[in-house]
Parts: sequence; C-alpha cells; structure tokens
Amino acid sequence: MSIRDRLSGNEAIAHAMRQIDPDVFAAFPITPSTEIPQYFAQYVADGKVGTEYVTVESEHSSMSTCIGAAAAGARAVTATSSAGLAFMYEVLYVAASSRLPITLACVNRTLTGPININNDHSDSMGARDSGWLQIYSENNQEAYDNYLQAMRISEHPSVRLPIMICQDGFITSHAVENILLEEDEVVKRFVGEYRPEHALIGRDNPLAVGPYDTCPFCMEHKVQQAEAMKNAKKVILDVAADFERTFGRKYGFFEEYRMEDAEVALVLIGSTAGTAKACIEKLRANGIKAGLVKVRVFRPFPMEEIANALRNVKAVAVMDKSEGYSACGGPLFAEVRSACYDLDTPPKMIDVVYGLAGRDCAVEDIERVYLHLMKIAETGIVGPRYIHMGQRSSQEEVL
Amino acid sequence: MSRTMTEIRWHGRGGQGAKTACLLLADAAFASGKYVQGFPEYGPERMGAPITAYNRISDAPCTVHSNIYKPNYVVVVDETLLRAVDVTAGLDPQGAIVINSPRAPEELRPLLRGYSGKVCTLDARRISEQYLGRYFPNTPMLAAIVKVSGVLEPDRFIADMEASFRHKFASKPQVIEGNMKCLTESMKEVRGA
Repeated sequence: MSIRDRLSGNEAIAHAMRQIDPDVFAAFPITPSTEIPQYFAQYVADGKVGTEYVTVESEHSSMSTCIGAAAAGARAVTATSSAGLAFMYEVLYVAASSRLPITLACVNRTLTGPININNDHSDSMGARDSGWLQIYSENNQEAYDNYLQAMRISEHPSVRLPIMICQDGFITSHAVENILLEEDEVVKRFVGEYRPEHALIGRDNPLAVGPYDTCPFCMEHKVQQAEAMKNAKKVILDVAADFERTFGRKYGFFEEYRMEDAEVALVLIGSTAGTAKACIEKLRANGIKAGLVKVRVFRPFPMEEIANALRNVKAVAVMDKSEGYSACGGPLFAEVRSACYDLDTPPKMIDVVYGLAGRDCAVEDIERVYLHLMKIAETGIVGPRYIHMGQRSSQEEVL
Repeated sequence: MSRTMTEIRWHGRGGQGAKTACLLLADAAFASGKYVQGFPEYGPERMGAPITAYNRISDAPCTVHSNIYKPNYVVVVDETLLRAVDVTAGLDPQGAIVINSPRAPEELRPLLRGYSGKVCTLDARRISEQYLGRYFPNTPMLAAIVKVSGVLEPDRFIADMEASFRHKFASKPQVIEGNMKCLTESMKEVRGA
C-alpha cells in the first residue's frame, strides 16, 4: 500500500536513499542539494541505515570516493548541484568510462556567473556528453519514483553506466507537496541487491580499473560505452514497466500530455511541465489544440520516439532551461530538431530559452508561447527561431 | 485558477519564520486531506531581508510550479514591509490581507496602495510575548490566516496543530501549551475578520 505523505523533493530523495540503504554516501554540501546529505546524515546518526557516510572536502573528492567505492563493488551515491557538478567534471567521465553504476541526485541549479543559486539546467546539460544516464523529474513524486528506478537501470549488466536523477532546484527540491511513498520492504525488493560481475574486492578475478588504454583499443572501449548507452533504452522501459506493475505509476522516455490531436506543442524538461499542463487545460477550454512532450530521459536521448510524438504537430516550441551559447539554440532544441529531420514533413520549430537562473515561468508565460505557435501554424511564417523569453533588454520582444 | 484552490502569499523578513509558518500551514492542510504546496522564494537570504513564501491549498492536485501573482490572501508578518514591498500586488479584492500590527485595520489601509478588499490585523508580538515569552510572530499569524481565509475547519486545524506540536516538541513538552494558546487566542483576537 502506498503511503500518503507530504515532502519536499529533497526529502523525497533522502527518503528513497534511506529505503535503499546504499553501501557508501560521499557527501559534500552545495545549495540547493545540501538538504539531501543533511537528512541522510540524520539517518546515519539514528542507525536507520548501514551506509558508510564519507564526508569529503570537495565534489571532485565526493565523486572520486564514489568511483573508488563502486570499483570495489559497492553501491555508491552522492548528491550535488551547479558548481559542485562542474567541479566533478573530470571524474564524471572516469565514472562513466570505467562503467561504474553510481547514482547522483542532481538538484539543478544554474552555473556561475553572475553568482546565483536558483534553478536552471545548465549544470546537468553541461555534463550531457559525459556518458552519464540522465533522468529528469517534474515534481517530488517523480524525483522519488525516478530514484527508485535509477539503480536497476544503471547497474543492469547490459548498461553499467552511472546515472543522474535530476530535479529543479528550489522549485521542487524545497517545495512541500503531496506524495505517495512506498513501503520500505517493497522498495528494497524492487531495487534489489547490487551484485557486480567484476569488482576490486572479494572476487577471484583480479582486475584493473582506470588504466592507460592504447590507441589500438581505446576507441573500442568508447564504442562499447556508446553501445551501453543505446542498451539503456530497453532497460529503462523494462524497469518502468516493472515499476508500474509494482507501484501503479507509469513512466516512459517522455510523457505525452494531450498530444493525441495537438496542433501546437511544447517540448520541455522538469517542473515547468506541470505549469504547461495547467495552461493546456485553459487553452483547450477555448478550442486551442495544445499539447506537451515532457522529456524524462535525456540520456540516452529517445530520438525516433520523440520524432514520432511530434510528427502530426504543426508548430513546436522547444523550451530550453539552459543556454548552450551555440548561437543557434539550447541543447534540447538541438536534439529535438535533429530528431525531426527524418520526418517527411517536420513541424515548424522554434527554441524558447526561458527560466535561466531561476526566472519564474507562470501559466501566462506558457500561454504566450502557445499563442505564438498558433500564429506560426496559421501563417506558416516561423520568424526568429532562437528566442529568449521575457527580456527587459531586448529591443524586439518576441515573447 | 478555479476558486476551489486557495492561493496565499506570505511576506516576512528573514528570521521571523514566515517560511516555517507557510510549511506549517501546508502540513495542517495536508492533515485535513487537502492537496498542498508550500514553498519559499529563495534569494540571497540574510536576517531581516524581505522574503516571500507561498501556499496553494486545493481539493484537487495542482501541477503549477510558479510563484503566485494573484493570491486570494496575503499575510504580512512584519508591518515595516508595507512601505518596502508592494504586498497587495495582484491580491484578489474578494480576498483579504492579514497584517501583524497592533493598529486597527483602517489605520493601515492608506499604506495598501489602493487595495479595496478586506484588511485584518493581529498584534502577534503581544500574543507571542504573552504566551511564549519571546517574539515568534509566525504561530499567531498562521492562526490568523486560517481564521480569515476559512481555508481549514478551525477545530480540525487546532487538533491537527496540537498533534503536530506534540510530535515536533516531543523533547520539550513545556512549550506546547504556550503555542496552542497562541493559536487559539490569535484566532479570537484577529481584527477585521
């Protein structure tokens, strides 16, 4: 039986961690993820978990600790945000290429500068090519549910890649909302034990982790890593199916909301999806066929599936909550636009960069985007393809 | 938003417990079976700086994740904010504003930039100092907004809060009675309700 409760997103992650009782937690605090190691430290102090709680002096060290622990055969976790994730950058690649299934709770926060503690996705988007799996959450419930699924995906023998479970800093991490929690024993059974095929400690087959790899072999190893990322697609869906059988909540690569007959659609990630859903209900009451694709799994990127979801839509706005500084749109736009290239008649598509550094996005802001898309759908004229929402400095305001 | 949802905006100063009051209200509403949101707006906080926190309370799930721009109710935990912050911005004239002040509601109306709705006041300092011996304005203001908004059934609210205090203050039960007295007296004393 699910348990009705109310928790913040950070509490939800810490609760999931307690239920899973990982072998090692490498802890270094940074806003807005700090509460996760803080709550977990209480569980350790209260004897509610058997986890080795390692306090370190930096995020480079917390990830390195996870790498050492995972190489030894332990289930290792950590949490971070923003500059903390950036400081892990070098070792993120080591974790992924060493095929170590570490779980990182990423509470998304913008990267400096100017200094700002609020939410956008620039931290995890910066790590999108590091070889980590990335799953994003709309609210506290999804943060919890995604975390419960993380290890079964990451530790699967055909995957063996580290995983980030992302949620929006403050917007969901510090917002108390209703949530359905699951019983400890059921969660433990669902997640299962970690039994690595290879590990440094307690195994008969000695191995080396992270040695130099010469030119004749190194590329093969990178290609194996790329194959593992492809394999993850099936595993993600299998785990989601088992999650639905066990707990009754359904997940996929993305959520399609009112897409069945949508003429205009948004593609976006995270907490703004909920705001967009409320906007869609409002617009549909006025006869506007609006829909939403909320991307849950960004790595691996579900290319064919997203294209298929958008194939009948007239106009699409991809909403990027990070600036790629590519001069031609954010990272989600690049992926979605590329995915639609193979469609016979791809939808008109624009990129709307929004919500940087915690800039709020209300129902009315989303409504302006849909109305802009309606104009594009009606006239066939796309206009500017790469737009920043609500800029006080912009001379030609589009949105 | 349909009126089945109540949206409340809190204005306070860092250290006064507006965020805590906001989360306590979410707790109490949750206990009475509602769907709730309680969240602060974060910035470079320090003691005394203006802060904002928000509640959505509804009988149906709410998916919106933005700040609240058209609240049904506003709570002002520190009277000096009336000059510093546009506390009535977007406030529903059918709703109300509840201000921590020893003054009468009509004395404060001229500071409210033309707000035409209901104005309520509560001397949270006096009540807090009388029953808790120190100035914790958030508990009295929580009671005041519950009374003024009618968002929760008062007896149920009092019972839920007592259970919550018994849990929260398990190691110092001597403070429970003072906090409960703060709640019940504030509900009686709020002016303009």
